[in-house]
Order: sequence, then C-alpha cells, then structure tokens
Amino acid sequence: MHDRTIAELAAGLSRGDFSSVELTRSVLAAIDQAGDLNAFITVTPEQALVEAEAADARRARGDAGPLTGVPIAHKDIFCTEGVRTSCGSHMLDTFVPPYDAFVVERLRAAGAVMVGKTNMDEFAMGSSNETSWYGPVRNPWDSTAVPGGSSGGSAAAVAARLVPGATGTDTGGSIRQPAALTGICGLKPTYGRVSRYGMVAFASSLDQAGPMATDARDLALMLSAMAGFDPRDSTCVERGVPDYAAALGQQDLAGLRIGLPREYFSAEGVDPGVTRAIEEAVEVFRAAGAEIRDISLPNTELAVPVYYVIAPAEASSNLSRFDGVRYGHRCSDPVDLEDLYKRSRGEGFGEEVKRRIMVGTYALSAGYYDAYYLKAQRVRRMIRDDFARALEEVDVIAAPTAPSTAFALGSKADDPVQMYLSDIFTIAVNLAGLPALSLPAGFSGGRPVGLQLIGHYFDEARLLGAAHGYQQHTDWHSRRPGAEG
Amino acid sequence: MQWEAVIGLELHAQLATRTKIFSGASTAYGADANTQACAIDLGMPGVLPVLNERAVRFAIRLGLALDAEVAGRSVFARKNYFYPDLPKGYQISQYEIPVVGTGHLDIDLDDGTSKRIGVTRAHLEEDAGKSLHEGFGAMSGIDLNRAGTPLLEIVSEPDLRSAKEAVAYMKKMHSLVRYLRICDGNMQEGSFRCDANVSVRPLGQDEFGTRTEIKNLNSFRFVERAINYEIERQIELIQDGGSVTQETRLYDPDRGETRAMRGKEEANDYRYFPDPDLLPLEITADLINEVRAELPELPDVRRARFVADYGLPNYDAGVLTASRELADFFEAVAAGCDDAKLAANWVMGDFAGALNRDSLDLATSPVDAEALSGLLRRILDDTISGKIAKEVFEAMWQGEGDADTIISDRGLTQVTDASEIEALVDAAIAGNPQQLEQYRAGKTKLMGFFVGQVMKASGGKANPQQVNEILRRRLDG
Repeated sequence: MHDRTIAELAAGLSRGDFSSVELTRSVLAAIDQAGDLNAFITVTPEQALVEAEAADARRARGDAGPLTGVPIAHKDIFCTEGVRTSCGSHMLDTFVPPYDAFVVERLRAAGAVMVGKTNMDEFAMGSSNETSWYGPVRNPWDSTAVPGGSSGGSAAAVAARLVPGATGTDTGGSIRQPAALTGICGLKPTYGRVSRYGMVAFASSLDQAGPMATDARDLALMLSAMAGFDPRDSTCVERGVPDYAAALGQQDLAGLRIGLPREYFSAEGVDPGVTRAIEEAVEVFRAAGAEIRDISLPNTELAVPVYYVIAPAEASSNLSRFDGVRYGHRCSDPVDLEDLYKRSRGEGFGEEVKRRIMVGTYALSAGYYDAYYLKAQRVRRMIRDDFARALEEVDVIAAPTAPSTAFALGSKADDPVQMYLSDIFTIAVNLAGLPALSLPAGFSGGRPVGLQLIGHYFDEARLLGAAHGYQQHTDWHSRRPGAEG
Repeated sequence: MQWEAVIGLELHAQLATRTKIFSGASTAYGADANTQACAIDLGMPGVLPVLNERAVRFAIRLGLALDAEVAGRSVFARKNYFYPDLPKGYQISQYEIPVVGTGHLDIDLDDGTSKRIGVTRAHLEEDAGKSLHEGFGAMSGIDLNRAGTPLLEIVSEPDLRSAKEAVAYMKKMHSLVRYLRICDGNMQEGSFRCDANVSVRPLGQDEFGTRTEIKNLNSFRFVERAINYEIERQIELIQDGGSVTQETRLYDPDRGETRAMRGKEEANDYRYFPDPDLLPLEITADLINEVRAELPELPDVRRARFVADYGLPNYDAGVLTASRELADFFEAVAAGCDDAKLAANWVMGDFAGALNRDSLDLATSPVDAEALSGLLRRILDDTISGKIAKEVFEAMWQGEGDADTIISDRGLTQVTDASEIEALVDAAIAGNPQQLEQYRAGKTKLMGFFVGQVMKASGGKANPQQVNEILRRRLDG
C-alpha cells in the first residue's frame, strides 16, 4: 500500500482508498521487516498512529494539505520534542529535546506523520554512515555496500520504499551523495532557505536541511513545507516560498542552458561507469532541447581542502557544548572538572568526530588561524565567485554527484582522506551556498548513479523543474532495489 | 627614582535590557537558580542566537555619548574555552570589529583642571553563568540565570596615571551609563565591574612597563586600593632588581592585596573566529540618528548649562549633574521656587544630608521636588527664616505634611510686624543694661548678643533682617 510516491499517497488518501492510520501501519510494518538495513535509530509507532489519526480527522474536516497523513522519517539530527535525538552519537544516546526543530514543526503542521528517526553518521560527519554509534546502514541495492552519508538512514529508508520521503541535512554532500548511492532524489536548498533552528549543528555556515524522496515532484512537495522564514535563525533569509510542485510543469527543458564544468569530468579517480551514465543523462537533456555548454570552475580542486579546514573549525566550536555538564553523556565518578570533560567527551564521541574536533581546533589555534582558517575563507570566496561567473552563462550546472557508486562497507573506513574524496563533487556547492539536487541517472555495475544539478541562489524551482523534466523522459527514479538492477 | 603609573581600565556594564542578548529569557536579578535560562541560554543542541536590538541601541547610545565612531558593520566572534558556567563552550563577543570605536571621556582632576581619557573601543558580549561552590558537597552547582545577559565592555586607553584618576574615570563612566539609562550601575549585583591594567615606568620614560591585569573589581574603593597596592608592588619588585611578569591577578579585599591567578586559568588559546550563526551587525545612519534623537542632554553639556544659566559654581554644577535623577530633581526644585542658587544649596545641603543620613535615594525620598520647592518659596517670601526652614524641613522629612501645613500648625510664621519687633527689642535692651553700656562704649560686637536675645524671645520667628535694623536704630540712635 505505502510504496508509492508522496503525490500518489496523498491522492489515495484524498480519494479515501485508505486512511492515514492504515497507511502508517503499513509503513511501520515495513520498517519492522527491514530491520537489517539499520535505517532507523528510533521508531515511534505510538506517536505516529496518534498523528495519523489526527491527520485523518483533519482530512475529514476538509482541511488537508498535500502532505496530510503521509508518513515520513526525520534524520536523527533534527530535535523532536519528547523523542530521543541522538545525532548518531553515544554522546546524545539519552538526549530527549524539549523542543522541535523548525523543519519538524513545519512538516507536522503540513500534516506529515513522523514514523521515526533515521540513522546517520555521527554528528553528520561521514560519507558512508559507518561512523554512527548505532552501527552502519546497509544499501538496499546491495547489503555489502554503504548507502553513503551522512543522511544514510534517510536515503536507505526511501530507497527501500519504507517511507516515501525523509528529511536530511547536507554540509558537504550529506543529502546528495547518499541519494546518489541509493538511487533516489535529494535536494540541498540554498543556504538560508530552510531554518536551521533545532538542527544539531555540525558546520553552521554550511549546514542546510533538505528533502529526500523518489522523484522531483515529491522533493517539491516537501520543500514547500520545509522552506520559509524563521526569526529564530539569523542566517535564514526572509523571502517568499513558491509553490514548488505547481512550478514543476512550467519548466521546459527546451532552451535550458546546462553547463558541464570540465574540471568535474576530468577529475582523477572517477568511475568510468559513472561518467558514462552522466554523459548519457546529458544526452537526454540535449535531446529534449537543452543547450549544453562547456564551462570552467577553476578552483574546484581546492574545495576539499578548504572544506576540511572550515567545517572542522566550526564543528570544533559547535561540539564544545557536549561537555557532560548539562545533558548528554557524562562519565561516571569524575574526580575533578578536567576529568569530567576528558572522559565524558572521550567516551561520548567516536573516532571521526574526535579527528575533526582536533583538526578544527588546530586550524583555529593562535599562530595557525591566518594560515588555515583565514586562507580557507579567502579561497571559499574564490570558489563562490567561480560559480557566480559560470552561472552568468548557464541556468544549471550538471555534474556527477559522487565519483563512484556505492562502495563496499569497510572499504574506506580506515582511510579518512579516501572517504573525504567521495564528496569532491558536492562540497564546493556548500562552500558557495548554492542549491543542488541529485537524481538517479542510471546504473554502473548494478549500482545507482546520481546526476547532480546545481542552480542559482534560491532557484530551487528551476532545479526541480529540470529534474522533473528529465524524469518525464526516463524511469530511473522508479527503479527499486530488489526488483532489478 | 620617580615612578609613574600607567593604567587602563576595562569596564563591564551590564545592559539594562529586559531580555538577554541572544534569547528571550528575562534578565531580572535575584530569581531562583536556573529559572531564567531558556534552551538558548543552556546551550542546548540545535538552538541559535538572535541578537537583541535593544542591546545594540544601548551600545550606540554610549558610542554617541563618548563622541565615538559607531561601526557601520561589526562582527560577533566566538571566544572558545571550557568552563561549566559557559554552556556553549564559547562566549559570543565582538573581537576584531567592535560596535563602538575610538572615543573619549573628560574627567575632573583635584587641581580643578580636567583631563581627556581616550576610549579605545566598546563591544557587545554575553555574560557567563555562575558557579556555586557551597551546598553541593564535593561538587559545584551551576546557575545559568546570568548566562546570556548583555554586557558592554568599555576599554580605555592607558591614559590614567594614578588610582585616583582611575576611580574618577570609572565614576564618570558609571554616572554616564546610568544617565543614558543603559545600565542600572548596581555594583553589588555586578552590573558594573572593572578590570584594571597596571604598569609602572620611570618618570619621563616613553615605553610602557610590563603590565598586569587585575580582574573583577566591583567597587570604587577596591579599584583604588587594588591599583595602589599593585603600583607599590611593581615599584618594589623593580627596585629590588626583579621584573614584572605579565599576568592576571585577583584582588583580595580582606588582605588588601593582589595575587597572581594560577597559570593554568589563563593559559587559554581562545581560538576566536567569526560566529557563523550571526550575520555581521549592520548599523545604518538612520538608526544612529534615531538613537541620537532619543539621547538625553549629556552630563557635561548639562553641567555647563547649569553654570551659564543658573550661575552655579562649576563644582556645584558637577555635583548636581552627577546623576540624571539628581539633576532633574534640582531643576524641578529650582523651577518651583524660581531661585536656582537657593535650590542648589538646599539640594546639595540639607536634602542630600538627610538622604545620606537615612540611606535613602531620590526614588525613596519622603520629600519630593514639589514639596521642597514649596518650603523654599516660604523662605523667599519671608514667611519663615532659613533657620526655621531647617526645622520645617525636618518635620516634612518625618512625614508631617507640606511646608505650609507645618508652618501653620506649629505657628512658625515669621514675625514681620515692626511694632511687635520693636517691643521685643526694647525689652531686650531694657533687660541688659550692662551690655548696653559696653556696646555704647564701643564694643559693637555685642550687636550679635542683642540679636540673639530678640530672636530667642520671639521663638526664632522674628524676621532677622528687621531685628537687625531696629536694634541698630535703637542702639546707635
């Protein structure tokens, strides 16, 4: 019953084919059966059914919106009042927030039913979902492969059709890369489009929440609910929210100017199967009348090193609040304050989080700040300028989302640099603050390949329209794991 | 060798906003522990700071009053360090670009001249919470009510040359922030505190000596004592062949000495960087003009006006403008009785004395400006003498009613009837023949004796001027 798109489920609910309670029970049963995926950290069946009943009542009153009664999952980085919010970390294993994140509030207000909290890399630091304290998530296409990260649980849950949509966050690719590796769609909106209030911070100047679903229309439906001004986030931009779903049909691929950054196609270490799939996807656009242009983003190779200064620097400060004093993990029987800090943090954080705290602390230290943090900020501006120049000539930039398809569990876990390089195509977008989405564009070796589309600031509607147009010509987005490869 | 002290102060003024600098929690003092700390003040995961506009306006007020540059763009940074009363593990503070730039404040010196003290900068920041070390066994308690309270840190140039000058500067700034109504100035509650940077050098030397910083001085007296102690300590140290170590010291008021903090507590590398949760603070010319329009008349301007318009001595004008409330009170009394000098004498004299004696302030005074000017009017229209007025004032202070009621109830109206006074004068002369003889023999000082006799006989009510005139006529005539 439930393994359809959000739009289809909403239509079924509105026709009375099934109730939200029935739909939610079906989703909960599917989650229960798919325990091996380890996509969820917390499932909330009682609360979900209460919300489903309320959604049915709302629909009966004639007050339903496009998401009313539709079950969704939230990445466990979004604070949920009364429901444990772990951020994939031992540190917050017992943390139950007394407030909802903005994104949670908005989707609830739209009538979406939360069925649980999805697994993720610890504090969103990782590209494989292997750094989670709750264990790795498996890729529904191949249980020996990773689903990508950090929003690996949301990606796997949507790819396995456990839920039709889920929320994610993207600091360096954490929505787009797992979407690519699991064959679904994921959108990172413009920085400031969606409030960060109640979203546990990793790197504040890069973090952005976004939707994950199987097609562009569902992304649009979710984004319309998630976007909007929130006075509690000073970096959130006060700007009207278009009806993204209504705008989909108004986009025409004919005449759409698509830029192909040559640096993204000549990068070393890119899986030839990925390149081939992307080139074929580009041909689909060309055939539909899009104008394909060669463009350059000259500072592309600097994005990863810049990111791995700025993101850890911000993270080292953001994660200082986890000190064992007020909430979260606290070591037993501290002998003094220093012992309390050292052991609470030593026990509460995993290896990758500690590594980034150390890197970030170092980058901000007296004597190194100018050479690392300040220089990285300068290069960040250069990267942003590259995009600004390129986007004067084209409407959308197309590129692979990730250099490879889903890799084997454990294959990069001991090599942080190799792991960091799985985000080479996504990181620059966060540094520039631009919107970008990933959509399924074929397979390589039986594993999904993601096409990335990058747009102008606040031009999510055009990105969604382009993706939707592509999905009118292809059916990659409706392929599902288990059915075929 | 002659030594010179070089002192700079960092003053922390707690801004009198109703809510905190980055959250909507109340800033009221004295609430039960942790009842005024919301999720943002507690540094909960995912919550974000939102700047309090009022705190910014208050900073602009001070900037304008110090004739300083108000930055069109200033930046909040994170100062990172671990401490249990610092919930986020960092303090949000302006670091490289403060909201208020270079300005100045003029202080009065003992010799009657004034001295201009440079203000380097003033920046906005949040306060930390408090650690409570009693009542928790081997543990410490944390009260985060104060966490996130807005502070303005005002940094002076090293222009001060003695503890006395430092105190004069601090008092002037204390008066100014209260004048501007941006800080309640309550030093016991920690609303206005001081860190002092102190160094010494041989008189005439240009280079500064090595400085020490004395932290958290919360009274004028402690500032003076701590600085004097520190100056003496540094001079002795150098004269004994040693050298001053740059360090942070604490003042122990019980022992009257400063002591070095443990090295560990100051070995922090704060890793400042711009807070990515807050955009740069942009202040428009319109906002500055708006704040300028709501500024009160500034104390130095008002003082000059008191001298020019009321003919008051500069010193008196200074005393009367030390607080906005006192200056307002004086002006109300002066307007009510139409005699500024008399008003000034009473406000600074009997009135201030009574407040001081009973530990009251203007807000709790039993005699308001209207009542006091009512009393002064009775002096000016000769209903009572200045001497009787003191008695009436005391009765007013005790709550017996207004001046007219007391004068009438007690029958204190001055005797101005000439025949009545003549009778008293004649009786006094008749009753003291010996003194009369001496007076007429040339001992004219006895005039005072006769005045006293007449006043006594009248119960103090006879008009002293008339008594004098009539006596002189009778004795000399």
